[in-house]
Amino acid sequence: MEERKYREIVVPGEEVDLQGLNPGFGLYADKGKFYSIYLGVKTVRGPYMNIVPLSGKYIPKKDDKVIGKIIDIAPTHWVVDINAPYFAPLHVNDVPWKVEFGDTARYLNIGDTILAKVSNVNEVKQVWITMKEPGLRKLEGGQIIKISPTKVARVIGKKGSMINLIKESTQCRIYVGQNGVIWIHGAPENIMLAIKAIRLIEREAHTWGLTDKVRSLLSGEGD
Amino acid sequence: MSSKLAEEVVSEIRKDYIMNLLSTGRRADGRDFEEYRKIDVVVNFAKRAEGSALVRLGETQVLVGVKMDIGEPFADTPNQGVMTTNVELVPIASPTFEPGPPNEDAIEIARVVDRGIRESKAIDLEKLCIEEGEKVWIVFIDIHVLNYDGNLIDASALGAMIALKNTIVPGSKFGYEDFPLPVNHYPVAVTVAKVGKTLLVDPCLEEENLAEARLTVTTDENGDIRAMQKGLSGSLTYDEVKKVINMSQRIGKKIREKYILGGD
Amino acid sequence: MEKPEGIKLIDENGLRIDGRRFDQLRPIKMEVGVLSRADGSAYVEWGGNKILVGVYGPHEMYPKHMQNPTKAVVRARYNMAAFSVDERKRPGPDRRSIELSKVISEALSNVVFTEYFPRASIDVFIEVLQADAGTRVAGITAASLALADAGIPMRDLVVGCAAGKIEGQVVLDLCKEEDNYGDADLPVAVLPRTKEIVLLQMDGHMTVEEIDQAMKMIMKSVDYIYELQKDALRRRYVRYAEEIEEGE
Repeated sequence: MEERKYREIVVPGEEVDLQGLNPGFGLYADKGKFYSIYLGVKTVRGPYMNIVPLSGKYIPKKDDKVIGKIIDIAPTHWVVDINAPYFAPLHVNDVPWKVEFGDTARYLNIGDTILAKVSNVNEVKQVWITMKEPGLRKLEGGQIIKISPTKVARVIGKKGSMINLIKESTQCRIYVGQNGVIWIHGAPENIMLAIKAIRLIEREAHTWGLTDKVRSLLSGEGD
Repeated sequence: MSSKLAEEVVSEIRKDYIMNLLSTGRRADGRDFEEYRKIDVVVNFAKRAEGSALVRLGETQVLVGVKMDIGEPFADTPNQGVMTTNVELVPIASPTFEPGPPNEDAIEIARVVDRGIRESKAIDLEKLCIEEGEKVWIVFIDIHVLNYDGNLIDASALGAMIALKNTIVPGSKFGYEDFPLPVNHYPVAVTVAKVGKTLLVDPCLEEENLAEARLTVTTDENGDIRAMQKGLSGSLTYDEVKKVINMSQRIGKKIREKYILGGD
Repeated sequence: MEKPEGIKLIDENGLRIDGRRFDQLRPIKMEVGVLSRADGSAYVEWGGNKILVGVYGPHEMYPKHMQNPTKAVVRARYNMAAFSVDERKRPGPDRRSIELSKVISEALSNVVFTEYFPRASIDVFIEVLQADAGTRVAGITAASLALADAGIPMRDLVVGCAAGKIEGQVVLDLCKEEDNYGDADLPVAVLPRTKEIVLLQMDGHMTVEEIDQAMKMIMKSVDYIYELQKDALRRRYVRYAEEIEEGE
């Protein structure tokens, strides 16, 4: 069996050699040297050396598209779980319907799933989301799975190459929220195959040769 | 509101997905309706216990330890040892568990597990009498839940029986001789959840959250019933009850042979 | 505790009752990512200790009045299973567990970048499944692994290690009998990079020179334990890749 190759993993507090690059995400400085903040992998992006965490909750960023679950209702807003350290309020002003005071349950109920966008994050990490944009809507049918938000980029792939591979092979509609929540819609066997492929990526996100493994899984080889 | 509430809200999409699959004869994790998840047991994991078992049932993980001490018997059974069962739903095991004394869920699990062992006379309590009316052995069964992913009753009951079967009474600590805890019967608890119209053996967490009713039946090695407990606020038909009893006898027998009676 | 007749903690060859030299650690094994529900988890075996840690968070803190508006609150809860000790321990927090929970919370709060998560809490549950002296230092060592596994931002890992004095001799990493019958116990937690001390307790009778000796022994062990932690964290991801291979 060929030897596995891994991107270099660093632990919190471990010194990171910037290799002449600028310090990016996931690093802190102490007396002119740089150290990792996370358990993560060294990743070069442009002129920056970043540490990409291997795990952790979703940290909301403005303009991210997220998939959330309604967990509470009030007369003028809903409370949404977006897989982040904080819940996000969704106000009646930020949905495409005209909602009367107290009539919120008629449009979205506890347990409903929505595709929304992060409209703002303030300095104390309070987050606001909106559905007032084309394409944002309540999601129905299919299945929802959660992956670590740190693996979202890998599941999507460069210019969507990985997620498109999965969509084409399984004939499923798939939406990957930046918050690690994924919605898959299609025939039951195809949904299961898509989930298998996504879980493979999630577990091996930090290895090389992943695309070949995923392709192999989807085409049914080596089962 | 807390993340406990967020955990407890069931997503409509996930619920519909499971129900649709069930109507086509399938469970979300690929199991048959009467199939248990993978079971792994580590005997004598906790070395300071007199007997113990770490049970993994799918991702549910439960560690059961048996400790023994000498004390007074109950007034109405002066020639019998004492047995007591406790369950700790420690917060490490689930975002929905809060620190504190056992709540009604912990107490129910403990009493159902206890009932199966006690009513089947699994432990020969009379052999645990040292001096009638004065001194008897006390058996403490402590169930420490490490990871909750559904069906704590069956995992705890299995762990308790395996721990008891491997318990050495520490006589030498008190000036007597050590001897194996006298275990003569082998009750097995089998829990079935009613989800929609389907009866599912060994419900995983999601199936438990969607179930309207749940029935645990504990049988002994003769297939006789030693304990039953219906849970949740939905109802069962008598026909369903009979089906569950039948499943428990059949499947309980397999579990008993493989994990309790089989080579340790 | 009074030492029973005839027990010698150090024999004629200068070896301890478990055969160790004065400056020798007990065997240590670590594994990361062992629980499916917790956001991060770790399991450590250290001598006869078996300790499981689970981390949940960061999440909004309740009750709200306990929130800190500018940072996250790190709450550790140290708990012993009833069967973890020779004399069964009644379930529930006793005064010792509460004290240990407090000092461990304070130690972990030092390394976590708590200002990243205002109003939130990070809960650390330390379950002692089997005890053999040194549970708090083994527990905090495991807790820092579980925090890293949960993706919590930290400035360093935390290494716990204890030393003590038995029959007048300073030794590293007391086992149960040495803790029961010895003269002093000194548990410490250290940040491996800078050697800053984030937990320090002492109980017994030691001179300043003896404490100095003990601290030297502890500091010499910190690097070794840190290597074990790094290895466990890295292996966590290799192991997952292998699980997939088998399961396919």
